[in-house]
This record gives sequence, structure tokens and C-alpha cells, in this order.
Amino acid sequence: MLQPFTRITGIAAPLLRDHVDTDAIIPSHEIRQVSKAGLSAGLFAGWRYRDANGRQPNPEFVLNQPAYRGASILLAGDNFGCGSSREHAVWALYEYGIRALLAPSFAPIFFDNCVNNGLLAASIDSAALQSIAQAIERDPASTPLTVDLERCTVSVAAMHELRFEIDADARQRLLAGLDAIDLTLQQLPAIDAFIARDRALRPWVYLGQQAPGEQA
Amino acid sequence: MREHLRSERLPGGQCSSQRSLFEKIWQQHVIEQHDARALLAIDRIFLHERMGSIALQSLAASGRGVRGATRVFCTIDHIVDTHPGRGDDTRVPNGREFILQTRAAARAAGIRLFDVNDPDQGIVHVISPELGLALPGLTIVCPDSHTCTQGAVGAFAFGIGSTEAEHALATGTLRVGKPRAMRVALQGQLGAAVSAKDLSLLLIRHYGAAGARGGVVEFAGSAVRALDMEARLTLCNMASEWSAVGALIAPDDCTFDYLARRRYAPQGEAWDRAVGEWRALHSDADAVFEQDLQLDVSDLTPMVTWGTSPQHAVSIAESVPDAAHSGASRDAYARALHYMDLQPGRPMTSLPIDAAFIGSCTNGRLSDLRSAARVLQGRRVAHGVRALCVPGSSSVRRQAEAEGLDRVFQSAGFEWRESGCSLCFYAGGESLGAGARVISSTNRNFEGRQGPGTRTHIASPATVAASAVSGHIADVRAVLN
Repeated sequence: MLQPFTRITGIAAPLLRDHVDTDAIIPSHEIRQVSKAGLSAGLFAGWRYRDANGRQPNPEFVLNQPAYRGASILLAGDNFGCGSSREHAVWALYEYGIRALLAPSFAPIFFDNCVNNGLLAASIDSAALQSIAQAIERDPASTPLTVDLERCTVSVAAMHELRFEIDADARQRLLAGLDAIDLTLQQLPAIDAFIARDRALRPWVYLGQQAPGEQA
Repeated sequence: MREHLRSERLPGGQCSSQRSLFEKIWQQHVIEQHDARALLAIDRIFLHERMGSIALQSLAASGRGVRGATRVFCTIDHIVDTHPGRGDDTRVPNGREFILQTRAAARAAGIRLFDVNDPDQGIVHVISPELGLALPGLTIVCPDSHTCTQGAVGAFAFGIGSTEAEHALATGTLRVGKPRAMRVALQGQLGAAVSAKDLSLLLIRHYGAAGARGGVVEFAGSAVRALDMEARLTLCNMASEWSAVGALIAPDDCTFDYLARRRYAPQGEAWDRAVGEWRALHSDADAVFEQDLQLDVSDLTPMVTWGTSPQHAVSIAESVPDAAHSGASRDAYARALHYMDLQPGRPMTSLPIDAAFIGSCTNGRLSDLRSAARVLQGRRVAHGVRALCVPGSSSVRRQAEAEGLDRVFQSAGFEWRESGCSLCFYAGGESLGAGARVISSTNRNFEGRQGPGTRTHIASPATVAASAVSGHIADVRAVLN
């Protein structure tokens, strides 16, 4: 069951690098089970640990810094989540405790993966993002960020509200915690009617149990 | 490189006489429109053991079934072992579990599985066109970001996540926001030893790794028309590194000749009828695109990447750029140089390599192996360089062996493997080592992509072969002359 997202207040950690790919978010070798769980230990493993196997924390990595302990919001760079379609990147972020991402833009598959797991991926321009990062930098733990999906705003205690953008459909689904498969299963009559029409128009699309080349 | 922007405007009030190829395919598949999202009919769903396993497991756990299993196909490609004589054991930790669970779930759901030692096994984006599963005008999805490869036959093919795959399996549809339509017309004639891979790297360098984000790119123009089907697949494959949703090439005689008599393609009268319909799958003369780019590529030379993003690409004759010419932010530039252990001004062709890899859904097809073999014929891999060739499918491997390419590769000192994704990415099994500098015919040079600390330079198969025999990154044109 998806957790609806309306509003969150929490510590925001800045990782303002552009083109952070899903191999960086969760390296393939950290995916060790056919499971959506158990992935948070591998989150950002290549940056978070001094070596891949030893799990010795790299103190320079933002999430290892005491001030950002318990972060639930990530401030990210342009095209965040590019590369591999692995949804494990989102499962790892969510399991770690991240509930909202703010970035100038997200890679398309990654964005859909976020929505499907109740993780907010909100677009905000990089100048605004920089100003937020600067505002919280001095004392992140006592400068929590509030992200409000109903109003599409983000605010730091002492700062004016800034607006973020998100696809209207994604916003609705996040607010309601809607499962898209349930929604679509209500459309089965329309789907079946479409297929009946389409089968007459494009019969080659609809394969039988045998391949056409095997019947010939 | 001459370039100009023909138009960049929103298509307002489109009428049926000015539709793009993408628009035609899109409209044919819209079941219902819900605000900004359409419920889109999905014609083909592909799964693989890395992501298909979890999608099928999660689907079963939710009590939902697969609706229309004959549209679904599954292969074992991502973490399967590629050593000769392989079985279900893989060098990837717990990899066997992924294979066993995928097999069991595919069988339970009645899905056609191209299993480990099935003669049709191979990388999903290689076998789909090979078997005639990818056809013009289809919608094709797979939980793999390189699904856009298959758009080369004139299909709307796009990568999705695992939950979206469940959605497609359970309903035969997806709810999709309409991507923006883009066209890239590449004009001119490609020079000798310049390939579709070089074209892709040029585009990504020129417009940035996010240059096509949210778009479906139609590749057009004389340089694209002249590409054979396999080169077209390479061009569309790399659209993923450009952050495109999908890539398309209008089907033509080249497409039809390639697909004719393939196993899952229509046969006989059904084929003739289909081709008749497919001939209408092109952008109308007055079709409007949100972005319409034109590039003359006659002067293109072989390309190679220096950094950790595919946009960090240069011509083979260039040097590692300085910060101002890197196309990267100062931070990203410094991090990339550090990771790759490079200094600005160093000529690319002076960089010694430790390993060379030929394979992947980008460049693991027969024509790729042939172009590498032309370079390797009568030559030897340089001392100290480890070189591997992993054919993109079992069929590619058999055809290559029938032509004697395996002997060319092996005589040159390459390992000759079974098909799979292999060292395109590191899943915990095989790696070329931390700090190793690798020239690779794959698609991603991300930090750690080929293993922790491994430094990847992306290039065409011919450039990889030329570098392997030279012991350093090399200009294939110089090696062949």
C-alpha cells in the first residue's frame, strides 16, 4: 500500500551534482536479492564508503556528516536518476528514509519510479536550490526544510516560500497514495474494446501460442 | 560541423495532415485520455532476470495475473555467466537465485522464456529485432533503459521501472504522459571507419547528456537513411544516454528487408498487408516538432569519451579538454578528471589501456563484430592488455563462428564468450579491476559502472579493436592505413 504524501518537515542534505546516475545511487553489485527490501545499506555505496566491501564510512560524503544524520530530503542536481531504469534506486532511497527529492530535473524513468513508490520528486530551478542549500548549510539540524505538496511549496524557517513544479497526474497520485494498477484495472472494458478494434486493424501485433514463422 | 535550429515551437492545433511518425504511433495506441496522461496500449513487454524477477514476484504477491501472456517475452541476459559451458551458476553474488526465480515465475505465468542455453537467448534489445518481435508501429516496453534501441525499426520503445512493468503485465497498458516530439536530421556521408556509435557520441557531446530529456527523438536525414539496420539500432540505443524517452527511425525498405521472414514477424499475405500499413509510418512533410535539429556529419571522425558522463566525449584526435572546453561544471570536471586519473592537454591517443571490451546491446551485433575483426585480422592484442568479445546474442555468436570471426578474435588474443550483458556493468562478479583503464564498446562510462574504480572510455567496436592492438587508445584509421 502506498503512503500518501502531503507535507514533510525534515533535514535536507545537499548533493548538488548534475547527472547523478542510478548506478551511483545503487550500484548493481549492491542488488543481491530478488527483493525490494535490504537495499538502503547499498545506497550511494561507491561514495558513501571508503571501499566497496569494507563498509568503512567516507566522512566526506554528505550523508555521513553528523549534521545530516536522519535526512529525509535530498537536494540534488540536474538530471538526477539518469541511466539504468533500476527501481532499486528508489527503493534504496525510500528505505534509507528519504521522502522528498528537490532537483532542477529528473530522468524520466526515475521520476515515474518515484511516483510509483510515494517518493516526491519535485522540480525547482538551480538558483533556488542553491539558495536553500546556503540557508541550511550553517546548521542543517536546526534549519529543517518543509516541503508541501498540496501547495507545491518548499520553505526554510527564515526564508520565503519557494514554489516547485511537478506533473499534475503525479501530484494527484502522490497526494492520494493511489496505486495506478488499481486505477487502470477499472478501465478493463475500454481496454478490451480497444483490443477488439485493433486486432482487426493490426492482426500481426497479436501473437498466438506459436510464432507466425513456425506456422509458415 | 554545421548546425542550425529549424524550429523550436509548440505544435499548436495539429491536424491529421501534419503528423509526425511518433504522433501516428501514439494516436494508434491511445485507449483513453486522462488529463495529461494517456492510457496507452502496449504491444510487447520484455523482461529479464535482473528486473523481471522482482516484477513477476511482486505481481504474484499482489494477487494479480499476467493479462495476455503471448505479448510477453523474457530473456536471461543481465547477470548470466558468459564463460563457455555455462549453466545457472553465475559469478554475480546470489545471481543464480535471480535466474531460478525468473525461470519459475515466467513458467508459472505462461511467458515465453529465452533461457540460459536456448538458441535464441541473448541481450533483450539484440534478440527482439533479430526474432522479428520488434516491428514497425508497435509500442514496446522493458524494465531496461536501453529499450529505446528497438525504436530503430519504427516502434515506440521505451524503458520503464519495475512497478510500471507490473502495470503493463497486469493490464496490457501504461499511463503515459506524452513525450515531446523531437527530430534530429543528420545529413552528409560518414567517412571510413566512422560509425553510428561515433554519431551518438557527437550528439551527446553537442547537446549534453540531458539534451533530449523527455523527448522521443526521430532520427532522419541522409546519414541515417544510409545506415544499415544494425547501425540504426546502435544510434537509437544511445538515445538513452541523451536522456530521451525513446528514439525512432521511419521504417523503409532497409527495415522491411531486415525483418522479412524473421520468426515472429507476420508471414506471407499477412506480411504484405503489414508492409502496406507500415509504409505510411513516416513523418508528414509539414509535421511539426517541438525541437527540430539539423546537423551535417560529413566531417565526423571516430569519437571517444574521456570522463564519466557520455557527454564527456571528444574526437579521437583531440586531447583531454581543459575545464572551459569540457562541457561540464567545474566540480563535475574536477571529479571526472580525478576519477579517470587524467590531466588536461593529454592527447587521447596517448592513454595506455589495460583492457578492451566488445559487446553489449549497443555494439554486440554481427556487423559490430565484423568491423572489429577487420581491424584484428592479422594483428595481435598488445602485451598486457586483456581483451574480451561477448556477442550480443547466441545467434550473433553462431553466425560469427560460421564466418570464422571467433578465430580472428581468438588468434588476436581476445577471449570469445557466450552472449550476455557481461562487462557492460559490474554486478559483483567479473570486473577488470580498480584503476584499470578500459576501452569499451558499451554505453556508459559512469563512475564504477564496470566495477569499483574501473575507468571506462566508450568508443566504437573498430576503435576498441584498434586500441586493443595498439596498447593505447588509438585512431582506427591510422591502424588500418
